[in-house]
This record gives sequence, C-alpha cells and structure tokens, in this order.
Amino acid sequence: MREVDVDVCGLVCPEPVLLVKKALEAKTQGTVTVLADSEAARENIKRLATGKGWTVKVEEQGEQWLLTLTK
Amino acid sequence: MFSFKGKGLVTLTGLTIGALAIVLMAFGNPKNMGMCIACFLRDIAGGLGLHSAAPVQYVRPEIIGIVLGAFVAAVVSKSFRSMGGSSALTRFVLGFIGMIGFLVFLGCPMRMLIRMSAGDLNAWVALPGFAAGIAAGIWFINRGFTLGRATRQSSAHGYIFPVLMGVLLLLLVAGFSGLRFSTEGPGSMQAPLLLALGAGLAVGALAQRARFCLVGPIRDLIMFRDPYLMFGMVGLFLAALVGNLIIGNFNLGFADQPIAHTDGLWNFLGMALAGLCFTLVAGCPLRQLVSAAEGNTDSAVTVLGVLVGAAFAHNFGLAASPAGVPPNGQFAVVAGFVVVLAIGFALSKVKVFAKERVTENA
Repeated sequence: MREVDVDVCGLVCPEPVLLVKKALEAKTQGTVTVLADSEAARENIKRLATGKGWTVKVEEQGEQWLLTLTK
Repeated sequence: MFSFKGKGLVTLTGLTIGALAIVLMAFGNPKNMGMCIACFLRDIAGGLGLHSAAPVQYVRPEIIGIVLGAFVAAVVSKSFRSMGGSSALTRFVLGFIGMIGFLVFLGCPMRMLIRMSAGDLNAWVALPGFAAGIAAGIWFINRGFTLGRATRQSSAHGYIFPVLMGVLLLLLVAGFSGLRFSTEGPGSMQAPLLLALGAGLAVGALAQRARFCLVGPIRDLIMFRDPYLMFGMVGLFLAALVGNLIIGNFNLGFADQPIAHTDGLWNFLGMALAGLCFTLVAGCPLRQLVSAAEGNTDSAVTVLGVLVGAAFAHNFGLAASPAGVPPNGQFAVVAGFVVVLAIGFALSKVKVFAKERVTENA
C-alpha cells in the first residue's frame, strides 16, 4: 500500500471532508494524496478541493480510490 | 449547469420525495406525513409488537421499499460495501435518544419539511431547533468528536439488513397473523401496498445515488459553506408545497394541524435533541436506512436503536400526541441531552487540539 497524506477509509461524513480541508489549509499548495473507500467521501472531497482551486485526479484501486490533489 | 449526477440528481431526489409524499397522502397515508421515516419506523415497531400503542402499528412498505431500492442501486452501481465496527453500541444509543426527540416533535426532518410545506407553523418552530442541534453536533465534531473508523467486512454482514427487510415484506404480503395492524389512528391510514412499496423503492434508489440526507444540508452549509445537499432539501419542500396547494392541504397556522401539537418549546427542544444525535451518527434516518442498505452495519444498528427508541417512547409514555408532550417525554428529552452531551464530551479529542495549538505556537 502506497503512503498517502490523508486516509479517510472507514470514516463517514463530515469527517473525510474535514480532514482533507485541514490538510489543504496546512499545505496551501503542492500535492496532497487522499485514500477514500466510499462514493460519498470521494465526491465530497472532489467538490471541496475543486472549490478551493485544486485539481483532482481520481484513480480506482480495487474498492478504494486514490485522489491526487494538486495546486 | 444541472446534470443528473451532482446537484441535478440531488434536486430531482428532493422533488421526487416531496411529490411522492403528497401522492401517498392523497392515497391514504396520514395527513402531513405522507412519508416520515421516524413515524414509519415507529409504526413498524408497533407492527412487530415491540410496543402496544394501538393507533400506530403497521409494517410500512415504504421503509422496506427504501431499503430494497437503495440496496439494488448500490449493488448495480458497485457501491455496496460491507462495513462495520465503528462504535455500534454508541450509535444504537444515539439513534434511540434521537428517536425520542423526533417523537416529542412528532416527525423526522422529512416530516418536518412536509409539515412546513402544509403551513404547519409548529414545524417552522422546530426547524431552528433542528439547526441548533446540528450546530451543537458540529461544535463537537470540530473538537475532534469521532465514532472511529469502520472496517471492511465480509459481504455477508452487509446482506443481513436488506434480507431482514425482504423477510418483513414476505411476512406482510403473506398476511402473517403475528403482525399487528392499527384499526384506527395514523397506523390505520395506509396508501395501497404496491404504491407505498413502489414509492419507497424509487426514493431508496434515488437517495442512494444522490447521497440524499436531511441533516447534511444544514451541517455542510454551516461547516463548509457547501450547498450541494441543500438543493435536495429545498426541492423536497417546494415539491411538497406545490403538491399541498394542488390537493388543498395548505392551512397556515399553529392550531389544529394534523398529528401535531402546539407546544413550541418542546417542538424546538425535541428537534434540537434529534439534530444533535443524528449529526453525531452522520446522517438523518433516511440516510441511515440507505447507508444500512449499502452494507454499513453500523447504520443498521443505528436503525435498530431508532426502532427500540420508538418502542420505549410508546411503552413509557414519552411520545407526544396532539394533546401535547407528556411529563415523561419532557423528562426524557432533558435526560437525553445529558446523555448525548456526556457522549459528545467523552468522545471529543479536545486535548489533542490543545496540544497541536501548543506545538504551533512553539
């Protein structure tokens, strides 16, 4: 398993978004990787990140998704 | 632009729920109820004999439909995941206490919106209470409140809840004599079985795809200024408003509203308690049903907490009636707040945050 910055697997809303929001606020630019295992978390994180001007790349990894957020 | 993926889908889901609630009401469901997850789970608790309040017993096909519709949608879209192990007992307790709040107000957020759309001003008093409860929940979440991570389980666990609902449907259709059915009162007001089941299937499938929720709209707006789910909530209200106007069920006022009381304080506090509980378990009763159908066994336990809460509410005289909120119910709401606040403080990582702040300052 690759190292990720934020692992939100097994968490339900709003925790995934809250954790990613904190990570994005701490980093402000560069790359943040997020591992999610639910559609809800994936979509909510995508919406949060794009809303804050980050570009989001989603890779499916079995039953999980690796989101790479860059700015 | 609206597409049938994001805002478009969640708006469509809200509109559909609002419209179907009015249709179900026109075809026999209780007035200003149409579809109410809390009331219908309470009816199911009665139908199974968990409580003996004769007017509120019926195995509501809408609930079964919602779970089966969401289950099929989750399987087809490959989003079915059997998960569990995130503080199941705590979720049970929060579902239980939240249900007492709902039954003191007389409705879940879905019915609150339907009542609001029919001009019931008592529900407009409950709305700020609900929002205040959600804000209190956010206060805890921002202090690190968490029920912990769920872990992936063997799929068999996730199938149990939908299968239970399937069995319940079979018992209902087969006319199993052990089930109890009201002969008068709200439980006796029933839309035809196939219509109720079909409406439930549609709502369940749409809600699963749209991730529809009625705690989320207010929570996400406060926490993240994110209006996504609010489109669904407003859609539900507007569709029900138009529907009520069409069928002549709009009656503005506090007094003489169907299956409602006028005690503003307890309408406010009941929904505040429920708002707090269901923010901490991450979603309204509809969302819990859908999430349980998607394989989340923690949500299934929350639903069981709601069912047992309904049974206790009626066995111990906690639930309100059009006559008002009984003293036992008022006591239960206060006691509920004490327990939930204790849970909230106990599970918040305030110290961790304090430590981080020290590190930042150093």
